[in-house]
Amino acid sequence: MKQSRRNFIKKAATAATGILATGILSPFNAVIFATEKPTDPTKVWWGYGIDIEKCIGCGRCADACKSENNVPREPFYFRNWVEQYTIKNNGEVKVESPNGGINGFVQTVPEEDIFKSFFVPKMCNHCHKSPCVQVCPVGATYDSPDGVVLVDETYCIGCRYCVQACPYGCRYIHPEKNVVDKCTLCYHRISKGKTTACTEVCPTNARILGDLNDKEGALVQFMKEHNCLILKPHLNTGNKLYYNGLNQEVR
Amino acid sequence: MEQHYQHLYEMLTQVHGYIYPNEIDLQWSLLIVLYPYITGLVAGAFILASLERVFNVKVLKPTYHLALLTALSFLLVATLLLVSHLGHPFRAYEIMTTPHGGSAMAIFGFVYLWYLMVVLLLEIWFDYRRDIVLWSRQSKGLKKWIYKILTLGVTDLSPKTLKWDDKLGYIITIIGIPSAFILHGYVGFIFGSVKANPWWSTVLMPVIFLFSAMVSGIALVMFIYMAVSYLRKQKINMLALDTIAQYLFYILVLDFTLEGLDQIHRIYEAEESFEILSLLVHGKLFITLFIFQMFLGTLIPLISLGTLQLYKPKEKTRRFIYLASSLLVLFGVFFMRWNVVIGGQLFSKSFHGFTDYKIFLVGSEGLLMSILWIIIPFFILAFLLWLLPPWKRIDQKNSVV
Repeated sequence: MKQSRRNFIKKAATAATGILATGILSPFNAVIFATEKPTDPTKVWWGYGIDIEKCIGCGRCADACKSENNVPREPFYFRNWVEQYTIKNNGEVKVESPNGGINGFVQTVPEEDIFKSFFVPKMCNHCHKSPCVQVCPVGATYDSPDGVVLVDETYCIGCRYCVQACPYGCRYIHPEKNVVDKCTLCYHRISKGKTTACTEVCPTNARILGDLNDKEGALVQFMKEHNCLILKPHLNTGNKLYYNGLNQEVR
Repeated sequence: MEQHYQHLYEMLTQVHGYIYPNEIDLQWSLLIVLYPYITGLVAGAFILASLERVFNVKVLKPTYHLALLTALSFLLVATLLLVSHLGHPFRAYEIMTTPHGGSAMAIFGFVYLWYLMVVLLLEIWFDYRRDIVLWSRQSKGLKKWIYKILTLGVTDLSPKTLKWDDKLGYIITIIGIPSAFILHGYVGFIFGSVKANPWWSTVLMPVIFLFSAMVSGIALVMFIYMAVSYLRKQKINMLALDTIAQYLFYILVLDFTLEGLDQIHRIYEAEESFEILSLLVHGKLFITLFIFQMFLGTLIPLISLGTLQLYKPKEKTRRFIYLASSLLVLFGVFFMRWNVVIGGQLFSKSFHGFTDYKIFLVGSEGLLMSILWIIIPFFILAFLLWLLPPWKRIDQKNSVV
């Protein structure tokens, strides 16, 4: 009896020590990622808007992005591309993006079969709870204080985990540098007061760069006037790329 | 570079439906298939070894040291695969110096080091210390010096010290079991936590990885035990082999159930990704999933090992069934890893199409290199068995092999 009581106390003490030991795990709170909040609301918080209703699929944005940012010209590397969605009368969805839309589009579905067709420009969503930042093992991918997801190419080890983690296909491994590459929201331009290359060349003003904290700014106004949606909202990545006229078929 | 572009242009012609333009370049190749495969073998072999030590399954004694040395041989290779796959292998140390706490991958270096240094090496050292000391006295030449270094200067062989060796070895094994679980569960988590990929993103992934790891590790030790006995022209201890096969059967049942549960869950919930995944398993993964992994790698070993639980044929027949089952299980688990790693990259995250994967014969991520990575651990094992032969251990109690 005495023996078993002693055993019980021993075991209870071990268990209690174990529970207390979990207290030292608090630095691992970082793994609870979805609770992260945007930074200071008085400062710039970059976001982006795309008006699908205005996009004509000229592909100039994708072309300008490649020129501005020295993205390899081969059709496998894009920071920015345009997709053509064609929904047929039978409900079938056809998506195309030959060379990212840089050379324009040719409609391959016969006119009489088309229910509707539209263009969807794609780029990094600059999520504020981005899975790519979350998974980077060395912190080479990070959020800038003004809400842009950037990569330190001198620090990236090229493990490609972020490429796997991005739900939107916005990252690629640079074939010469062997590090990951992605849209920087033309950080070298916007930090000098200019707009992004893709925004600048858009002939229909379908693209809007803006500060989400500036309630009078162009982006917030755009969001006020239109019913904007984000891509794959169920993934809760905190996208800051807002689309007007986004169809449910778009992924 | 030109060759890479040429390959990608070729892949462009293999695309079905629509994939995001950046998805043509498949990121994780055969090397990353081998990585969870090899770590799984390590974890499984270690867990089998711990059965003897911690749970006192005495009949497994003949395979205890063999299992430990097997685990070590494979563990030494596991990281090399990963590092050689990096775009910048020489920056690999950053994962240890500036790990990002939120990343599932960042913990890799620590889990690995913990397992290698604290669990495996220490356990083997405590187990062998007495023999190493004795061998260092008996051997000559270079071997003598190797043993001398391996003693780390601790040459005390008093009964009290030996008792401590045993006690500490036991404690390390107890720590080792959850460590082995963490090592491989964690590898599963690297995949299971990618919410962008519905083929990977399942809470069961770490558990499935763990059980398939145990299955493959046990099968590997079973195979190595038979092979080593054959090479040494020693009689196989059938009692040990029967027991290992029994464990293999039980864990195979659990593994099969878990994987089945995962698939049934997917089919029943039929989420947004259901259609593309259904096309994936019935198309590009049909042979590797249904034929290789499920039929050859799971069902046949399950049925044959299951039959042996009810009916015991002659030793020779049993040996043949064990040999065939262990090889089939090893084959099946390899394709389980393949189906996860490669399968998860064959469909577009737009759910609108598929890409393809072509293995190169040569190159750092080619087929030949991968075969070499699989062979290297066997050479390491051969060396370890030469250096630390379990059958020459002087402790009479333990030298049953």
